[in-house]
Amino acid sequence: MRSKMWSVAAIAGGAALVLAGCSGGGSGDSSEPLTVLIGTSGDAETAAVEAAAAAWSEESGVDVDVVVAANLTEELATGFAGDDPPDLFYMSWDQFQTYAGNGYLESYGDDLPNAGDFYPTFKDEYTFDGEFVCAPKDFSTLGLIINTDMWAAAGLTDADIPTDWESLTAAATALTTPEHVGLSFGQEYARIGVFMAQAGGSIVDGDEVVADSPENLEGLEYVKSLYDAGVLRFPSEIDAGWGGEALGAGKAAMVIEGPWIKGIEGDFPDTNYASYELPAGPGGPATFSFTNCWGIPEGSPTADDTESLVEFLTSDDQQVEFANAYGVLPSSEAAAQTYADSNPAIAGFVAGADYAVTPVAFDGAAAVVSEFNARLADFGTADFAGILADFQAQLEAAYAEANG
Amino acid sequence: MVRNNIRGGEARAGWLFTAPAVLIIGVFLVLPILLAIFVSLSDWNGRGSPLGNAEFIGGDNYAAVLLEDGLTQRDFGTAVRNNLYYVLAVVPLQTALALFLAVQVNRRLLKGRGFFRTAFYFPSVTSSIAITTIFIFLFAGSGAVNAVLSWLGVNGPNWFANPNGLGHMILGAAGVQRSGPIADGGALGLTWYDWLSGPSVAMCVLIILAVFTTSGTFMLLFLAALQNVSQEVQEAAAIDGAGPFRTFFSVTLPLLKPTLFTVLTLGLIGTWQVFDQVYLTGGGDPGKTTLTPAYLAYSASFKDLDWGEGTAISFLLFAIIVIFTLIQRWVLRDRDLGRSGIRREKRAVQRLMADAEAAKIGGNADAGKGVTR
Repeated sequence: MRSKMWSVAAIAGGAALVLAGCSGGGSGDSSEPLTVLIGTSGDAETAAVEAAAAAWSEESGVDVDVVVAANLTEELATGFAGDDPPDLFYMSWDQFQTYAGNGYLESYGDDLPNAGDFYPTFKDEYTFDGEFVCAPKDFSTLGLIINTDMWAAAGLTDADIPTDWESLTAAATALTTPEHVGLSFGQEYARIGVFMAQAGGSIVDGDEVVADSPENLEGLEYVKSLYDAGVLRFPSEIDAGWGGEALGAGKAAMVIEGPWIKGIEGDFPDTNYASYELPAGPGGPATFSFTNCWGIPEGSPTADDTESLVEFLTSDDQQVEFANAYGVLPSSEAAAQTYADSNPAIAGFVAGADYAVTPVAFDGAAAVVSEFNARLADFGTADFAGILADFQAQLEAAYAEANG
Repeated sequence: MVRNNIRGGEARAGWLFTAPAVLIIGVFLVLPILLAIFVSLSDWNGRGSPLGNAEFIGGDNYAAVLLEDGLTQRDFGTAVRNNLYYVLAVVPLQTALALFLAVQVNRRLLKGRGFFRTAFYFPSVTSSIAITTIFIFLFAGSGAVNAVLSWLGVNGPNWFANPNGLGHMILGAAGVQRSGPIADGGALGLTWYDWLSGPSVAMCVLIILAVFTTSGTFMLLFLAALQNVSQEVQEAAAIDGAGPFRTFFSVTLPLLKPTLFTVLTLGLIGTWQVFDQVYLTGGGDPGKTTLTPAYLAYSASFKDLDWGEGTAISFLLFAIIVIFTLIQRWVLRDRDLGRSGIRREKRAVQRLMADAEAAKIGGNADAGKGVTR
């Protein structure tokens, strides 16, 4: 009798478990809201995206659920691995090629009615295999940000604002005092690389890796000359986490950062600064652009609705609203010009969009760039020619594997 | 009949009680490990289930990490080198510190024993993220540690931004530079000179952090074992004329051997898996000198979407841990068992017989050879 009761109990328990496990699979009805996964820079951005999504929901009748990711890269990877990616998500420039190359993204860019409004540079950046994959949502470029109080204290005027390498060295020398260093920027390819581009060098030219070139070496040598003269110090050497902190804490007079520098106003409200275009080098003006696009998973069943949402979010009016809310620059030329006209402070960043280049980011390049940054760690004794040679070899191997 | 039913009932109850644990371990541990073995032998790119969307490619991922010249192999070599120095520094230091603290807290004459026990154990219960963040502040270029060092007249280094290895500094002081045969040959993508780099200054901070955090847990293990060492044994040693050091090394420590084995095994496993601290301090900064295989597996999988390489690194790490644990088990084996044990016993018996002979003859010069006291 007892054994019969045990068997019945075991079967009932097993059946309950099986039913519970199986019931979760049948989802996908149209009444579910669209999930939008974002990697936010703060409350301002979250609120702005939620407001925009709500406005579109009212128009279209489709609910939208904006989810803020604690770690966007991880949550996207786990979403795709579990075959449950969000319907729309931020796709950053550094991972775009990896995702597109692995077939993760739906190519919807050409279907957008406003596809012609975007800057051509960004449209090219998000084109993979001839297809315009995803719509750029914003951009940032690097500019030279100067502490206006320290500038005035050093007796410099508007005529001294650096427009080429010589004037940059002169300004940095004038601004270097025992209390603060003249110039500071991150000890990484994403900052030092602009000097390589300004000397006329590039990393990938068409189908060839050209990292090991005299122009790139010239750019590195110039940075070394600033370092040896004592007018350049990297943030880790002056007790700052990044260039913005160095500027805010008064440890550096000039830094190379993007429009996100606005974020230091919360921590350092007394620091007055102004942003300008980066000085041009021997090869002309150059800066880096960092963009994001709206990614839709490949084969997504809700693609029609999300494309309509993207069209709304990238419209000129909406982009200007985002720009006013949290400071990113609109990716469409008209909207960017509107924002620049009403905000002369960021005019330098917008002007940079005309000649900006993207840092190298093809599938597998991230590991090589990481190795390049690691080799630059010991800047005082680094052998640039050797580093560039290794950079070239490793990039070639990664490029061959990405396209092989 | 009645007996069968009682036993049968107990077996069923036993299965029912262990069923949840078996299910959880099976679903969340065993199945993912089996799936990971498959992923490491496939070219899965992270989209959908590996069982349907990946092709079996054999040992290509392992070959890329171990054999083929390239950045993958070099990164793995760097990670293994960094973690090796971390293990060699942390395990002896934390074991010794834990033992020292346990002996001190165990002393009969110590007042407030409960307070000291709690104080030393406290870092182990605190979140490792919180402790790492505090250490980042303490060891900043102008942080508290450098301020204290400046009182002593020492100019402290920029701890977390200094990629110079201790080994390279020592070799440099001895005049050895990066040239000659040690700069040409190498293994896993690194030259022998690179292998001799020692832990970097940034890695040393992580070593200090690990010793500070985990010695409390091991102190408790040693404390429990010490309290099992009865008073009589120590009194007997004292009567025989052993001082405190002799008592400790020749009497107490051998009695702690099982606990020592546990502590060393746990220490080895834990140090080879270090990840939290690396993640918080920038994932290998400065100059990839704090990169470890566990973090490399994470970044290869989640950032580069190279899941095959990531899982291959995880299993290589597993193999490394198993090898080290087996080595440690062999070193601490009980020498009285097995063939060597029988040989030792024979030799001991021969010595005793020789002494007995010598004692019979009485007062011979060579009686001093085997006399035991």
